[in-house]
Amino acid sequence: MTTLDQLRPGARGRVAKVNAAGPTAQRLAEMGLVEGTLIRLVRIAPLGDPLEIELHGYFLSLRKADARGVELSDA
Amino acid sequence: MNSPTPPSVARGAWRIAVLGNPNSGKSTLFNALTGLSQKVGNYPGVTVERKAGIAVTAEGPLELIDLPGTYSLAAHSPDEMVAVDLLLGNVTGERRPDAILAVVDASNLERNLYLVAQLIETGLPVVIALNMIDVARARGIRIDLALLATRIGTPVVATRADRGEGLAELRAALAERARAPQPARPQIVYDEPAAFRAGLAALERDVAPAWSSAIGRPLHRVELMRALIDVGGHAERRLLSALPATATALAAARAQEAGAVPLSALEAQSRYRFLRQLTTGCIERPTTPPTNWTDRLDAVLTHRLFGSLFFAAAMVLLFQSIFTWATPVMDAVEALFAAIGGQLAQRLPPGALTSLLIDGVIGGVGGVVVFLPQILMLFLFLGVLEDCGYMARAAFLMDRLMTRVGLSGKSFIPMLSGFACAVPAVMAARVIEDRRDRLATILVTPLMTCSARLPVYAILIAGFIPPHRVLGNFIGLPALTLLALYVLGVVTAMACALLFKRTLLRGPPPPFVLELPSYKWPSPRALALRLLDRAKAFLTRAGTVILAMSLVVWAAAWFPRSAELEQRFAAERAPMEAALAAADDSSRAPLELGLAHIDAAHDAAQLEQSVLGRLGHALEPAFAPLGWDWRLTVAAIASFPAREIIVSTLGTVFSLGGDVDEESSDLRAQLQAAKRSDGTPLFDVAVALSVMVFFALCCQCGATVATIRRETQSWGWAWFTFGYMTVLAWIGAFATFQVARWLA
Repeated sequence: MTTLDQLRPGARGRVAKVNAAGPTAQRLAEMGLVEGTLIRLVRIAPLGDPLEIELHGYFLSLRKADARGVELSDA
Repeated sequence: MNSPTPPSVARGAWRIAVLGNPNSGKSTLFNALTGLSQKVGNYPGVTVERKAGIAVTAEGPLELIDLPGTYSLAAHSPDEMVAVDLLLGNVTGERRPDAILAVVDASNLERNLYLVAQLIETGLPVVIALNMIDVARARGIRIDLALLATRIGTPVVATRADRGEGLAELRAALAERARAPQPARPQIVYDEPAAFRAGLAALERDVAPAWSSAIGRPLHRVELMRALIDVGGHAERRLLSALPATATALAAARAQEAGAVPLSALEAQSRYRFLRQLTTGCIERPTTPPTNWTDRLDAVLTHRLFGSLFFAAAMVLLFQSIFTWATPVMDAVEALFAAIGGQLAQRLPPGALTSLLIDGVIGGVGGVVVFLPQILMLFLFLGVLEDCGYMARAAFLMDRLMTRVGLSGKSFIPMLSGFACAVPAVMAARVIEDRRDRLATILVTPLMTCSARLPVYAILIAGFIPPHRVLGNFIGLPALTLLALYVLGVVTAMACALLFKRTLLRGPPPPFVLELPSYKWPSPRALALRLLDRAKAFLTRAGTVILAMSLVVWAAAWFPRSAELEQRFAAERAPMEAALAAADDSSRAPLELGLAHIDAAHDAAQLEQSVLGRLGHALEPAFAPLGWDWRLTVAAIASFPAREIIVSTLGTVFSLGGDVDEESSDLRAQLQAAKRSDGTPLFDVAVALSVMVFFALCCQCGATVATIRRETQSWGWAWFTFGYMTVLAWIGAFATFQVARWLA
């Protein structure tokens, strides 16, 4: 199973499951990172963290540690 | 047709709360609707700005309340708390709004409607402004407004706030809703998860009555729902702090029919499912999206090499603008205050009142107002970066570095602004939602080398650091010293941030979930309004807190006045004055200089026996280990309102009169010639370094202390900052002095 932090820039995936809890997980869910959402990894910051993803037609930045809990299926 | 009622805060005016996601153009729309009728204040007890204004409609005036941008009603930050409380009518002294204006980014409909879905549940009538409709159209997104309005069961108006398009229609829709209040009735029913219904039923049965009587008012269903869903959220904290014993009942309610997914994720899932159903058929997206300019720009601006280059260039420009471009205006302000002081000095008889007016009021306030151009320049620059969307990218680039000291990318901009002035920098920390991170950022930002430290460095470096060239003739020792002082500030700030995050403000690593908004042209109108606001806030402070502090220092330096000294110096003046009266033009100059020296010596003698002078003598033992005598001690104490005051105080105590500046070679010569009571020179490299390190690390800035008090709503944190920095400054100066002495 691929997780979001393993995606290469430009690659897409569909959120299958989010394994996280707490305020950060809640914020990510409110921002649309929920089961069934189609996402694309846009780029990784020059220093290796955080990531930039595209979802619901907008761009969002999140850390790799939080992306690790997002399981993806093929787009 | 009725003529519009003139704007007035009519008692019976309908009240509309304006809500929306960050970056939805909400502030621009609010500005366009209310214009210059805005009033900015604070909600009691929190640092959330309260912005209100009047929108004139054919039906009468509407009072608009602009609430902070938020993605959801799940309140974790103070901003979000205020939004929820205001909507439910829980803010003391604030009437519950009659309706909500929900500002929605049309190019990002689904995520923006998430908040709208929650707003509908408050039971208030809602009007939707589908803003930035031009951006959506440019992306080829087509929205069926009528269908969307029918589906959600509220009016939907397409607007383009920056051009004022759709505003008339929006005003009409708002007035209509306020006149005939009618809650939204979505056609499609939101399928609330079973666990919520069960949990809510358990709360209502077991704890809601107790909570309600503990906080002294009935609880809204939305509040109970937030307490149920948001683990560690604002609603939970408030209710549990009122009745700690109910924690188990809350946990039990949360466990009702709970599955593997946390309740918060369940809410997001079911809401997004609902929104998908709601918008299906309303939105048409092109199969091949047109060029996304934001994505294209980001490929360059967040690129490893080009992004870093652009970032460095932007920062150079920022410093350039603050140091160089603001200078002419600052010189003009300085000259203006000096001219006013000079005019008054000529017209008023010498004495306590004149000194109070010139040295206390004009000198004190002028010394602070002079920073207004720099502050406005900084805010203009930061405002442009913020409004065009670059700020989020800077945070994105720097987050990794900032996590090393326990902060997040969001702390970077405030700390950077600290190089110009800690006052706006502390205010810029508002973008950080997490309370602990915001506090940590505020506490260390004053350590960044602000522009007020430069005059102190300039005079001491010029006087005591030999102009040798070092490092293979590459850099002069004075420049290297200055650089070292800047580095000292940054390194200490980082170390303190790490320390605070490990101790006082211990907590999990700050989250970093940040929208990277589409790039857009900043609105000049919004920028101008914000600058006006900042200028007003700053001048108000200069006119109150800083004025008061300057007066205290002036009084301490003036009183008690020794009549004996007055007489002695008057006697010294008498022969010279007589000679001056008889002198011709060619021989006047040396006599006038002589008189000025007598007056300066008089000032110095009076200062020595004043309250401040006695304080300097009393505290001398505490500062002796730093290599200071009572005069340096006095100068440091008197510079509490603002660091650069030390330059004029040094001028006074080393008997030159107060009118000196860092360019003054006379003051430099005086400092070089100053002797201790045992006849040895007061200053050497070690003492000069000790003074500079002290000023690099201390918080001798009344404006900063007052701003921290305002931003943290606590004198405790303000004095804590002052205290820890003073201790740090003492230790740093002590170590510097002892090491430098030992090396020499």
